[in-house]
Amino acid sequence: MSKTILFKRPDALTDRELTYCPGCHHGIVHRIVAEVIDELGIRDETVNIAPVGCSVFANDFFDTHGIGAAHGRAPAVATGVKRARPDSIVFTYQGDGDLAAIGTAEIVHAANRGERITTIFINNAIYGMTGGQMAPTSLLGMKTTTSPYGRDARREGYPLHVSELLKETAGIAYLERVAVSSPQEVIKAKKAIKKAFLAQINDIGFGMVEVLSTCPTNWGLDPVESISYLNDKLKKEYPLGLFVDKVGDMK
Amino acid sequence: MAEKVMVKGNEAMGEAAVRSGCRLYFGYPITPQSEFTEYMARRLPEVNGTFLQSESEVSAVNMIYGAAATGTRVMTSTSSPGFSLMQEGVSYIAGAELPCVFVNVVRGGPGLGDIQPAQSDYFQATKGGGHGDYHMIVLAPGTIQESVDLIKKGFDLADKYRNPVMILTDGMLGQMMEPVEFPEFVEPDDLPTHSDWALKNAEGENARIVRAFNIDPVELEELNIAYQKKYRKITENEIIYKEYFMDDAEYMFVGYGTMGRILISVIKEAREQGIKIGLFRPISLWPFPYKELKKASEGKKAIIDIEMSEGQMIEDVKLAIEDSSRIHFYGRSGGIIPEPNEILDVMNKIIGGDNNV
Ligand SMILES: Cc1ncc(C[n+]2csc(CCOP(=O)(O)OP(=O)(O)O)c2C)c(N)n1
Ligand code: SF4
Repeated sequence: MSKTILFKRPDALTDRELTYCPGCHHGIVHRIVAEVIDELGIRDETVNIAPVGCSVFANDFFDTHGIGAAHGRAPAVATGVKRARPDSIVFTYQGDGDLAAIGTAEIVHAANRGERITTIFINNAIYGMTGGQMAPTSLLGMKTTTSPYGRDARREGYPLHVSELLKETAGIAYLERVAVSSPQEVIKAKKAIKKAFLAQINDIGFGMVEVLSTCPTNWGLDPVESISYLNDKLKKEYPLGLFVDKVGDMK
Repeated sequence: MAEKVMVKGNEAMGEAAVRSGCRLYFGYPITPQSEFTEYMARRLPEVNGTFLQSESEVSAVNMIYGAAATGTRVMTSTSSPGFSLMQEGVSYIAGAELPCVFVNVVRGGPGLGDIQPAQSDYFQATKGGGHGDYHMIVLAPGTIQESVDLIKKGFDLADKYRNPVMILTDGMLGQMMEPVEFPEFVEPDDLPTHSDWALKNAEGENARIVRAFNIDPVELEELNIAYQKKYRKITENEIIYKEYFMDDAEYMFVGYGTMGRILISVIKEAREQGIKIGLFRPISLWPFPYKELKKASEGKKAIIDIEMSEGQMIEDVKLAIEDSSRIHFYGRSGGIIPEPNEILDVMNKIIGGDNNV
C-alpha cells in the first residue's frame, strides 16, 4: 500500500524544538516562511537574518544559512549580504522593538533604497524577550512593565504605524499587514510572504509583511484570550490590508 | 618596478584597498576622511565594485558584518565620532570572527571635538572600544607609503586570523600628499575563498550560522578561550615596529603615526646639538611591542613618550619598561600637533634633570 504524506515539517525548518511560548504566533509564522522557501525552491541561496528578541534563535530553526544581527540592525546586515552576493535571497525576521524602535533608521532606509531583501515584521505590541516592556507599537492604555499605569499619549506618544509610514517610500515593492489568527488568515499571510519574496527574486524592490501576532505570556492572557485581544484591539489600531503590490500576478 | 605618484593620504589608502582586491565599501561621510569615501564612490564602479553610502555609521558597520559573513573583502573608513558609533558592530564582528578593515582617521575629541589631527582614540582602538573580551589588530602608519602598505597587510591579516583590523591614522596623514608606490593589483578571484566558513550557496551542504551569540555560559567561555588563543598567536607573530638612530642612542623617544614622523626631524635637530637620541616607533599598536620596547629601552638614560593626546600609549610604554623613573611623557591634545621646537625644549629639560614636563 502506498502512503501519501499529507502533512510534514517543511524542509526549510530544522528539527530543533521551537522555543516559543504556547499560543505564540512566532511559530506559525516560522512555518509559513519555511513553506514559502520550500515552494520557491530557494533554500540553498537563502540567508536568514535573525534579530534580537524572542526570535533570536531563528537562525537555529530555519535550515538556511543565517546570521545573528545586533538589535535592530538586521536590514543593514541583510544589505551587506545582498550587496556582497547579489545572487542570494536574504530575509530578516524582526520584532516590533527590533524594527520599530531601535532599528527604525535601518528599516526605513533599506525600504527606501529598494534593497532587494524581504522583511517579516512581527508586531505583537510589546517587547517579548525582555519581559513585557512597552514597544512603540503598544496600544494606548496598554499596561506593560514600563508603562505600568497604561500607555499615555502625552507621555509615551502614540502607537507607531510602521507599514503606513513605509508605504510612502518609493523603494517598496510589496507591503501588506496580515494576521495568523485563523486558517484563512494563515493562507492569506502565506500568499503575502510569498509575494514579498518574489519582490526580491524578480528584482522589483523591497518586500515586507507585517504580521499582527500574539504574546500571551506578556499580555497576561491565555492563548484563546490572546486571539480575541488581537482581533478586537490590535486589528482596530492596525487594520489588515495591502499597502503596496508591484509584484502583480504570481507566476 | 611601479612608478611613484603623488597622492593624498586618504585617496592613497582607497586605491591601496582596491588593489588589495576590495570591491565593497560601506561608509558615511565625516571630516577629515571624506576624500576616502568620495574616492571609493568614484573608483569602485570602475572595477565592478560596490560603493554604498549608509544612513549612519551604525548601519555601515552592520552592512560590513553581513558582507564579511559571505567571505568578501569589505571595508569602511571613518573618523572618531563615527567609529564610536560602530563599537557594538565591531564587537559582533570580532565575536563572529569575520575579516574586514576599518580605517579611523582620528580627529580631536571628546564629543564632536574638532577636525584637526589627534591620537586620542588609542585606548578605544587598542583596549576594546566595544563590549566583551576582544581585540582588533591595530596598525598605525607613519607615512603615506606605509598607509598604502598597511592597508594591503591589514586585509591579509584580517583573512589570516578571521579578525577585524584597524588602520589608526589621523587627519594629517589623511590630508597630506606624498609620493607613493602602489602594490600590484590582486584580483578578487585570487583571494582566499573562505570556503570552510563563509555563507556562499548552500547546495549540498548543511546550513551555516554566523553570529556572536551563545546562550550557554560554558560554551561562551570556551569560545572566549579560543579567541584568546588566537590573540596570543597574533601577538607572537605580528608585532611591527621601527627603530631610528638607535645604534648609539643614550636617550629615546617613543611615538607612533604622525608623531613618529615629526620625532624624526626633532632627532635630526637634536643630534646637531650633540644629543644622542633615537626613536622607537610602534606600528602594530595591538599587538603592542612590549618586549621589543623593553629591550630597546635598556641602557637609555631617559625614555620620552610624545603623543597627540593627554597620555594614552604611555600606559603601554610603562607596562613594557616597568622602570617608571626613566619614563617621561609630553602630549598636546584637541587637535594640536606638538612643534619640533617645543619637543626639543621638553627634551632638553628632561635631559637637564627637570622632571616637571
Ligand atoms: C543594543 C541592545 N539594546 C537592548 C537589548 C535588549 N533587548 C533584547 S530583545 C529586546 C526587545 C525585543 O522585543 P521585540 O523586538 O518586540 O521582539 P519580541 O521579543 O517581542 O519577539 C530588547 C530591548 C539588546 N539586546 N541590545
Ligand atoms: S514572550 Fe511572547 S513573543 Fe516571546 S515567545 Fe513568549 S509569547 Fe512569543
